[in-house]
Amino acid sequence: MKCLLALIAAAILVIGAGERRSGYDDASPETRAMQDDDAANPAFLWVKQGEALWSEPDGTEGKSCAGCHGDVTSLRGVSARYPAFDSKRGLMVTLEQRINLCRTNHMGAGSFAWDDDKLLSLSTLVGLQSRGMALAAEPREPYLSDGAALFRERMGQLNLSCAECHEDRAGLSLGGSLIPQGHPNGYPEYRLEWQGMGSLYRRLRNCMVGVRAEPYSPDSPEATALAFFLAVRANGMQIETPAVRP
Amino acid sequence: MLLAACAVVPRAVATPAEVGALIQALVGDAPLKDGLIHLDLPVMVENGNSVAMSVSVADPPSPVESIHVFAEGNPLPRVAVFRFGPRSGAPRVVTRMRLATSQTVIAIARLRDGTCWRDSVDLLVTLAACIE
Amino acid sequence: MVRVLINVPKQMTAKEPFDVKVLISHPMESGQRRDQLGQTIPRDIINHFMCTLDGETVLEAEFFPAIAANPFLSFSVVAEKSGTLALTFTDDHGVTQTETAAITLT
Repeated sequence: MKCLLALIAAAILVIGAGERRSGYDDASPETRAMQDDDAANPAFLWVKQGEALWSEPDGTEGKSCAGCHGDVTSLRGVSARYPAFDSKRGLMVTLEQRINLCRTNHMGAGSFAWDDDKLLSLSTLVGLQSRGMALAAEPREPYLSDGAALFRERMGQLNLSCAECHEDRAGLSLGGSLIPQGHPNGYPEYRLEWQGMGSLYRRLRNCMVGVRAEPYSPDSPEATALAFFLAVRANGMQIETPAVRP
Repeated sequence: MLLAACAVVPRAVATPAEVGALIQALVGDAPLKDGLIHLDLPVMVENGNSVAMSVSVADPPSPVESIHVFAEGNPLPRVAVFRFGPRSGAPRVVTRMRLATSQTVIAIARLRDGTCWRDSVDLLVTLAACIE
Repeated sequence: MVRVLINVPKQMTAKEPFDVKVLISHPMESGQRRDQLGQTIPRDIINHFMCTLDGETVLEAEFFPAIAANPFLSFSVVAEKSGTLALTFTDDHGVTQTETAAITLT
């Protein structure tokens, strides 16, 4: 069964005949320099907030993240596996959903909204622990095929699919911007266009609004399946969280 | 909730003449020459929201009092003023600026001996394809 | 209170200039953007920065809306003895915030 999955994955994931390129490779030298220097990367303002939140008790149980997980460095390698299948609940979860599940199930705290600055700070802090490691999301059906189908589905008033830009035309230009392959290996990331930090979901939402499609809602099966497909498609690529992108 | 803001819609734009007048007011009767100060900006700007900029004066003949940065094509002509004190290690600053459109950015250094020095960079700014 | 990150080198020697890097979490609202209703979002920036070492000025800066969001500054400091670096930011509302960093010379 695993062999079959690997074959399906391989068939779905071929990116033309070329190699995979991180958004880092397509960015200008100045943008890359901003990412390379932790003292100049604005994302570290969010990491600093994440570090403070990590040790802060929240919720009715009076627990903090540190209370169960200890030092955040113990989560090295964790975000590399996400999105991951939660066998207890029988669903695929993203890192942000996992943080919210921890809060509601173990801390007696509320869920963060998808664009909550605190959620972003925590997911950036956890993502940073896997920086430099290879993405390693485990392929699983039907999520992988569902995500792959969504990646190729035309949508919106502009009637474009993700694949039409990010696979067929990656490396070409849209206006003055170079079209990247669209790998999630840098998220959450500081985007110059946003003048702030954002999650992968924010970027996907951005893209869907860009083609004038109704964006998937934050915790919808579609959003999760697409995020999962993107992660598996980028498996083996180096995690750059928190990246800087134009 | 995210505040969805539109792209920059300037009501007025600074002009080279306006920047020229500000520089004239700054320099006064002092001699203004090209050189000595170095303004470093990328010629091709990937995103105008945040552009790395550095200004530096290497081996000034007299201490640098201040450096003034102007943008000829932004909505407002001034970018920043830097003043160096006794504990400054070198007349050099790196920061990040916004650029509304392709334009010329000018930096003026005032030295304690009264001389003023100028550098400028002409750059191209491309707009993002998918604006949120 | 804005979040501030101050980076000083691990090794600093007396009379040898060293670079200090600062990151400030602030949207630096330029006063040029419009909201969904078409109304101008008012200007709201950090307009003044002052860095001193034991009270003596290192760098003073005036910022205008052309300074990017989440401002970054890198500048040179020279110290003769160990001391405290004080960085003060002032915004358009007149609110000031001071952060400090220890300068320990080796």
